[in-house]
Amino acid sequence: MIESQYCSNTSGARRRVCAVAAAALFATAGMMLPATSTLAQQPTKVKIGLMLPYSGTYAALGNAITNGFKLAVAESGGKLGGREIEYFTVDDESDPAKAPENANKLIKRDKVDVLIGTVHSGVALAMAKVARDNNTLLIIPNAGADEITGPLCAANIFRTSFSNWQPGYAMGKVAAEQKKKTAVTFTWKYAAGDESVGGFKEGFEQGGGKVIKELALPFPQVEFQSYLTEIASLKPDVVYVFFAGGGAVKFVKDYAAAGLKNSIPLVGAGFLTDGTLEAQGDSAQGLLTTLHYADGLSNPKDKGFRAAYSKAYKAEPDVYAVQGYDAAQLLNTGLAAVKGDVGKRGELVAAMEAAKIDSPRGPFTLSKAHNPVQDIYLRKVEGKENKVVSVAIKGLTDPARGCKL
Amino acid sequence: MDVYSFLIQLLNSVQYGLLLFLVASGLTLIFGIMGIINLAHGSFYMIGAYMAFSLASLTGSLFVAIVLGTALSVVLGVALEWALFSHLYKRDHLDQVLLTYGLILVFEELRSIIVGDDVHGVNVPDILNWSLPLTDTLSYPVYRLFMSAVCVVLAGLLYVLIRRTRLGMMIRAGASNREMVQSLGLNINLIYRLVFALGVALAAFAGMIAAPVSSVYPGMGTQVLIICFVVVVIGGIGSIWGALVAALLIGLADTFVKVLIPEAAGVTVYVLMAAILLWRPEGLFRRV
Amino acid sequence: MSRKRILFAVALALLASFPFTGATFYTELVTNVMILAIFAMSLDLLVGYTGLVSFGHAAFFGIGAYTLGLVAPKDAAVNLWLTLPAAMLAAGLAALVVGVFVVRTKGIYFIMVTLAFAQMFYFVFHDTKFGGGSDGISMNFKPVASIGGFTPFDLASATHSYYFVFAAMLLVFVFLRVLLRSTFGRALQGIHSNEHRMRSLGFPVYLYKLASFTLAGALAGLAGYLSAMQFGFVNPEIISWHQSGNVLLMLILGGLGRLYGGVVGAFAFVALQELYQSVTTHWQLLLGATIILLVIFLPGGLASVGGRFKRTLVGGADDE
Repeated sequence: MIESQYCSNTSGARRRVCAVAAAALFATAGMMLPATSTLAQQPTKVKIGLMLPYSGTYAALGNAITNGFKLAVAESGGKLGGREIEYFTVDDESDPAKAPENANKLIKRDKVDVLIGTVHSGVALAMAKVARDNNTLLIIPNAGADEITGPLCAANIFRTSFSNWQPGYAMGKVAAEQKKKTAVTFTWKYAAGDESVGGFKEGFEQGGGKVIKELALPFPQVEFQSYLTEIASLKPDVVYVFFAGGGAVKFVKDYAAAGLKNSIPLVGAGFLTDGTLEAQGDSAQGLLTTLHYADGLSNPKDKGFRAAYSKAYKAEPDVYAVQGYDAAQLLNTGLAAVKGDVGKRGELVAAMEAAKIDSPRGPFTLSKAHNPVQDIYLRKVEGKENKVVSVAIKGLTDPARGCKL
Repeated sequence: MDVYSFLIQLLNSVQYGLLLFLVASGLTLIFGIMGIINLAHGSFYMIGAYMAFSLASLTGSLFVAIVLGTALSVVLGVALEWALFSHLYKRDHLDQVLLTYGLILVFEELRSIIVGDDVHGVNVPDILNWSLPLTDTLSYPVYRLFMSAVCVVLAGLLYVLIRRTRLGMMIRAGASNREMVQSLGLNINLIYRLVFALGVALAAFAGMIAAPVSSVYPGMGTQVLIICFVVVVIGGIGSIWGALVAALLIGLADTFVKVLIPEAAGVTVYVLMAAILLWRPEGLFRRV
Repeated sequence: MSRKRILFAVALALLASFPFTGATFYTELVTNVMILAIFAMSLDLLVGYTGLVSFGHAAFFGIGAYTLGLVAPKDAAVNLWLTLPAAMLAAGLAALVVGVFVVRTKGIYFIMVTLAFAQMFYFVFHDTKFGGGSDGISMNFKPVASIGGFTPFDLASATHSYYFVFAAMLLVFVFLRVLLRSTFGRALQGIHSNEHRMRSLGFPVYLYKLASFTLAGALAGLAGYLSAMQFGFVNPEIISWHQSGNVLLMLILGGLGRLYGGVVGAFAFVALQELYQSVTTHWQLLLGATIILLVIFLPGGLASVGGRFKRTLVGGADDE
């Protein structure tokens, strides 16, 4: 229709008319399309907005979180707090520039009762702002930005994952206990890296150690050679790093190839070896990391969770799936207390604050700033697993500096 | 920084610079000889890396994968030139920018559909999988030395091709005056097709040999593209020699600034570019 | 021609009355599209009329946005009438400085160098604490529009914001229209058509190009400011080269060298994006394919712009 004789004429005027007509057509079509909704509109369903990465580098994490969430819902009879669920999904593409728009789509266009998301901290910060402005309940199943349960904390914002500080601090303490005196830290120059390294530094220096140099490279670069040379010349007792995803794979391999694996011990936050062991192979064997989850945990909830997850999704669960699973559990606890009435926000929040979550990672509660108070495990890479060695710190609470809750 | 560290950092700079040169040489060839700005060049690098990953898993050998991959990328280059780029010779820069920008999007999504979004590692071939101990704490991976050697050899081959063969002469002539070359009876379309395929193959090859060292991940194409642009701008469009000098310069600046002034690491290359542009708006060297 | 005028009037009326449909979400959506329209029009001045293809225009959009982000305190609102000009000034200044380096280059160089400088700004905001790093800055209050105690409108209201942006868009349109019909504007188009001729006629071509670049940058800064005001949030990704690519795409969709092309293009782009996103998660494939097909099959490409200008010079029909 647009490619008719009329419109393929090269005259300026006609082409403009056609462009306008086409644009108007597209605009009408495009704007009237709501987000994907799995069920028809019914007033008795709780509307849950999932804003997660379903494309790009973090797609696997977005899917794991969603799977974990939906598994918990299924185990609860397909309902949360006795009410059925209606999902609205948006792919945030891990793009902070589009985050306010995407969050607005769910909150203002689809009018969700609860917002769940996301992985990338930059996107989560935008979501938190929009949630605060609109007083929408937000549960964060991954993004660890300290600020969200720090200066930006709010009554309607919860997190079921971790704060970047927690695993770092735990490893700092462990390193100090191992009698290491000097350390060099290395990470990407962004909030997650800074906060993780900050946590390590605090824990390490409290235990009598000293961080002699803090190296950082711009995110997401992965040219590590010159930094490895620098680390070798500094000769610290231990090196603490924060890298995730592709960067983690490359770093661990480069570290081993530079011969440093045998001369200077490497430790890191769990993301260094989570989801990356297949690619890292031998270079990661024996690495110690800290995280709030591990392989080989002995609690029955984890065993049950792993069996159910692999049966339902034909894949092994990871820490992201656990976080998504717990987000649903937390919401369930809250909704059960108000008998599904999302309008009773005060009581809902109070119930969630007081919740004790029976999680595959072990039981945890929420701090006043709404961040998990949880055990941080020390893990060692054996084969393709991060096997738990010991509990690095029991019941670690993020200091939530700047939170006024 | 002691002497040993300084020398090793120098080695790091050269190795990084040489790899950059390999990718940038394809870009500058396509610019200089065909007059086409190709934003999708980084995507060819990425395609090379992913091909190395897939083919190496399939055949069990990285070397075989590289040979196969290079052949495939030549075919890809020819096909792309015939289908899309040949339309661009008479078009202006904006059209080229937009078409190749669209191509980036297409390549990224196709990659996502075909191979997925996971990060992958490629194993260094066993005969090269060892390190040369340089100091008591630091060893240097031999594979990186191998990579640098390959880049140098390729640079030499390129030089010989462009400067010392009949084909090279035809290519240079075609760059100066397309119509004249045509009227002299040479098949300029074929020449352009070959040059484009060469450019694609160079980028893909760079992606393939770098794969064990850089790992294979979704954002890798875009990252390398921008730096390559800077290499070409500094070196001078169309100048292979310029690309080499510029790439080494960038390798040096980048490596040393990173550890000496970490805050300035990201902007170093651009400051360098701005400084050189002030001095020479057309880059360091002129045509080929 | 009158058909075109009618279309114009209808579109204007539609836009003017849109907020009365009620849905806040859609009002805000159209506001955002209008902000993009301003951004696109600013680039059209540079690309469509002066013939300078910049692939780094998002940098100035970002500087305008970050100006608001940086001056806004956590606990109070800033004044619109002070911060808006400040943002445009900052963006214009940055464009001037970058322009000094960049306008000396031509053709492919110009494209690459604008891209590279935009990347430099991206890294400055992304890697340093100066602009809040990769997490950006969020603002707790919208700017207040008061002049000496009198507040004509409240930007916290979606409807008021809508009309403010609508008015800004119209102002920019009219301003550019007038500018392009003046001697300065005609000189720019002359430079686009044949730079050597203009130089031999005695025009200081470098200065004219620089002025165009600076002005385009300042207007992009305006769009950026409005965007920051709308979202209450700035982040380095708004300076990414994807944004620079998208705004070029808007111009191609809407038509270069026709001011309202920026407006049409912005709407078309957002609509296309929404449409494709609803079809598949791999929507960028569709977008990329669309771009490629558009470039290959767009009849005449940019030739029609040159043809139109020639007709204007030689005489004949009005811009049509």
